[in-house]
Amino acid sequence: MADDEIRDEEGNGGEKTKFLFIFKRPPHGAIYPYEGLEVILIMAAYEQEITAAFVDDGVYCLKKGQDTAGVGIKEFAKTFKVLEPYGVEHLYVDRVSLEARGLTEDDLITGVEVVEAEEIANVISAQKVILPF
Amino acid sequence: MGYRMKFAILILEGPYQHQASDSAYHFTEAALKKGHEITGIFFYNDGVYNTTSLMTPPQDDRHISKRWSELVQQYKIDTIVCIAAAKRRGITESNLAPGARISGLGQLTELGINAERLITFGD
Repeated sequence: MADDEIRDEEGNGGEKTKFLFIFKRPPHGAIYPYEGLEVILIMAAYEQEITAAFVDDGVYCLKKGQDTAGVGIKEFAKTFKVLEPYGVEHLYVDRVSLEARGLTEDDLITGVEVVEAEEIANVISAQKVILPF
Repeated sequence: MGYRMKFAILILEGPYQHQASDSAYHFTEAALKKGHEITGIFFYNDGVYNTTSLMTPPQDDRHISKRWSELVQQYKIDTIVCIAAAKRRGITESNLAPGARISGLGQLTELGINAERLITFGD
């Protein structure tokens, strides 16, 4: 297969590349979600198609009312609320992960979409690049 | 050989502590030997520690930063260390392994856009 065909197929001929960030770890326990968020903020300037999905303990990243003063770490969860101007139109949350942790949509910051695992799978299938944090 | 794939590599874990770095190295080496192209290697999170020239492992162990340096210089692979992640962890030009350069996350974006497959090695 020629390179050109691949480029067309992958949407590189001037079209946007689809990037999916999968947040699978809780905030603050390790730096992954925070540095993952930093990638989104920089990548946004490149005007690609960015989506975020939150699974497993990653759903805790979106919990509202976090107070990190006691652990002396920057509270970055609120930044997830302001990603829309950065071109991140969807923040998908895995319903099973949420319910397994005794959380409901009301516990999360606004602007997220709680969806079934099947929809997360469909979102994953549609991507060119997947970045796990 | 068959089709020549363009791979980009992302490494998120540090050396010795985690196998991700070793797996990334073996994958990269195998892909190159098969004739595939590695369009770039990007070190992020604790992965940036793979590029410190200050590591001095015991002689009977693999030397992870030296091994990367030799491979990327032999095949002339663009090897990028994220500046924000590097600054947090004390990786600077003065202790950067040969063959690597410090740059921004925009480079990771470019790799994602231009490679056919971006392969992440992490936890």
